[in-house]
Amino acid sequence: MDFKSSDTVPGPRAEDHLPHTTQAAVKIVIVGGFGVGKTTMVGSVSEIRPLTTEETMTQAGIGVDDNYGSDTKTATTVAMDFGRISITEQLVLYLFGTPGQERFWFLWNGLFEGALGAVVLLDTRRLEVSFDVIGRLEERGVPFVVAVNSFPDAPRYPTAELRGALDLPEEIPIIECDARRRASSREVLMTLMRFLHSLAVQHVPA
Amino acid sequence: MTPPQRRRRQSREQPPPEPVAAGGPKEGEQKNPERLYILTGAAAGGERAPIDLVTLIVTSADPPPTATPEQSALLRLCRAPLSVAEISAYLSLPFGVVTVLLTDLLTAELVQARAPIVRQAVPDRSLLEAVMHGLQKL
Repeated sequence: MDFKSSDTVPGPRAEDHLPHTTQAAVKIVIVGGFGVGKTTMVGSVSEIRPLTTEETMTQAGIGVDDNYGSDTKTATTVAMDFGRISITEQLVLYLFGTPGQERFWFLWNGLFEGALGAVVLLDTRRLEVSFDVIGRLEERGVPFVVAVNSFPDAPRYPTAELRGALDLPEEIPIIECDARRRASSREVLMTLMRFLHSLAVQHVPA
Repeated sequence: MTPPQRRRRQSREQPPPEPVAAGGPKEGEQKNPERLYILTGAAAGGERAPIDLVTLIVTSADPPPTATPEQSALLRLCRAPLSVAEISAYLSLPFGVVTVLLTDLLTAELVQARAPIVRQAVPDRSLLEAVMHGLQKL
């Protein structure tokens, strides 16, 4: 592998260093189809410029993409954008914008298993893209909320209709958002956290 | 206008439907992805804790003269705590390659790993409250 000289590797800017007191990280996954605004949402709330981690997908995963005609022995690279929010001097939160296709999820160890929860980001113009994602999160027992990214030309459905279409139980929050706006994206994360908190409260014996 | 309707998945015991005829698998129809990337699985000894995207890495010693350029770069990067995801991003190395690098560095005790807090069957309310409080300050 051709590797850059260690002297030239750009590291985090001084202001992007985590304090030495940081003991642990938690993560939240933002999952949705291509172009739904995952990276936009990550970028609008992240304290660092969004970064990209890559993973190489070897032959086993190839053939399911629309890469007809290309040499299927070539490995493809899958990229995932992420951002970061410092919570306390000891705790930091990472946000990962993850492709909706399950075959990508295997590439990163425990991407969903360890996550506090997930945000399913929807585009109502392509609602059906999210059906599989929702099913997979349900199967894996990952708690999630649904956020509808309000694109100007997208059809608007009443929440009840959307809930019916997505076949979601009443307790799972569905909210509209504008992923470009920090306050709106933060509210999505707060909605997820309040939902997780309500699940935690239910666990307390009466 | 009526939105399209999701149909709940059938129970996982049921075998996936056979792909339709020939012509290669279509988008989303490959039902058995198995392990796509074996490199990072439980390594030889199998005692190592799995390295997560948000495991925090901190350098604990200077690079030895024998260190490879990748190892030196990683040790330089992690003078302050840094997640494995960030290491992968800054070094432009795939996640799997970074975990292999880290396995060696952890064995040589050149770095320390701070494990992430993962979701519990019974969620930790004080943790959730801390995160909410942090988000409110955003």
